[in-house]
Amino acid sequence: MNTDPNHSVELLRLEQVALQRGGQVLLQDITLHLHAGEIITIIGPNGAGKTSLLKIILGLYQPDSGTVSKRKGLRQAWMPQRVVVPTGLPMDVARFLSLASNDRIDAVLADCAIAHLKHSSMNAISGGEMQRVLLARALLQEPELLLLDEPAQGLDLPGQDDLYRLIADIRSRLQCGVIMVSHDLHWVMAQTDNVLCLNQHICCHGHPKIVSTHPQFVSMFGERHAQTLALYQHQHNHSHDLHGDITAGAPAPDGHEHCSHD
Amino acid sequence: MIDLLLYALLAGLLLAAVCGPLGALIVWQRLAYYGDTLAHSALLGVALGLLLNLPVQLAVMISSAAIALLLLQLRKRTELGSDALLGMLSHSSLAIGLLALALGQASSGLSIESLLFGDLLAILPADVITIAVVTTLVAAFLLRYWNQLVSITTNADLAAVEGVAVAKLQTTLMLAIALVIAISIKIVGVLLITALLIIPAAAASQIARSPEQVAVRGSLLAMLSVVVGLATSWIIDTPAGATIVSVAAALFLSLFLLSAQKR
Repeated sequence: MNTDPNHSVELLRLEQVALQRGGQVLLQDITLHLHAGEIITIIGPNGAGKTSLLKIILGLYQPDSGTVSKRKGLRQAWMPQRVVVPTGLPMDVARFLSLASNDRIDAVLADCAIAHLKHSSMNAISGGEMQRVLLARALLQEPELLLLDEPAQGLDLPGQDDLYRLIADIRSRLQCGVIMVSHDLHWVMAQTDNVLCLNQHICCHGHPKIVSTHPQFVSMFGERHAQTLALYQHQHNHSHDLHGDITAGAPAPDGHEHCSHD
Repeated sequence: MIDLLLYALLAGLLLAAVCGPLGALIVWQRLAYYGDTLAHSALLGVALGLLLNLPVQLAVMISSAAIALLLLQLRKRTELGSDALLGMLSHSSLAIGLLALALGQASSGLSIESLLFGDLLAILPADVITIAVVTTLVAAFLLRYWNQLVSITTNADLAAVEGVAVAKLQTTLMLAIALVIAISIKIVGVLLITALLIIPAAAASQIARSPEQVAVRGSLLAMLSVVVGLATSWIIDTPAGATIVSVAAALFLSLFLLSAQKR
């Protein structure tokens, strides 16, 4: 956790938050704190409730129990996974941004390196360009808390790197708190203060180094993933050629001794 | 006789002016079936108005608004899909309306046909005033909240995060649609009113580059349909609503062919 006094302002606090939908428990016992300038990355298998947790923080969902408190007047912004503009609704990038605000459109376009897309149709831009447009729209809020839902999904590796670099730049410039859902572990290792491993409840959380060796993390993501995380941390190569993919809750694919599963 | 035409023209133009932006939102938000449901339920309003001795226009507005609110509540409280709810509301209110009309008709002298297809000659100065008041209110709402409404249409969650009062505006929009449908029954008729909302906006979306262009050009196309449709209906003695909607459909088709050619 960051101890710099500039970063000590608490932006957000969730206490024992639970959410149910249609009789099913989506989230339970979620407690987390976020301070200015801090980054929390949420990882977890499909259906773990990652997006639901973001929506609770944003106020789009009301938790069934527990409390969500924010610093008074907190400016928050959200970059959703995707936005599909309805057919028959012609809209260029500039108009899309102006839905949020007419000020600073050129500035945020430049910040996201998409000034050339200003008059492109929202239905004609690529996936990577769309991510940047959504990020630009979030920046129009001049956020103190930025929530990102798998910002780099669907991008190729160089595209992911570019986008994460952009997000890191923005964060250090705005000094905003960031909560992000991401599976890209090199990003998690390099930039994150806190990893929160979610599967309806918080399985484990803490600095990436600690989380990467946590048995629940290992069992949830499989050995290979956990080792990737550890690899980035330790900076030395001891990779095993494992064939296991990321499988939620499944035991690690081979019989390594520390692949505990509960 | 000519002043009757003038009332119809005035009423039709007022209505057409709001059809552009309102119809665009209906097209984008896929509310066409919702419009149909309200139109069908208007018959119920007419019947209730006759039975309770209320002015018909007022009764239709009240019943449409009630159906709109009922639908919003049902959507929140049941697990049924939107289209099933609309289907139920649409046809049960139509059936009850027809039933009530059949019971009360002997005394009223009101023809079901004119309700279904609209009646040019039935427009009275009082109707024009009602239509002017309602369209002015709806236009004011649309102008004031246009940007927020387009934002909700594009992505309601994002709009909510940015501080737009999504539920309130969406409810108001549904009520505005209900009111506009209620007042236009006399001109276009129950069966055709949704067409006047949807077709000009859909036609305009083929030649527009921004949401605002769809709205404004939709209004212009709707007004053109009203003028040409009413004139034709007057000259060759055809049902007004059917003629107006046919003109709108012809405009849509021409623009479709034109823009298909360009591509």
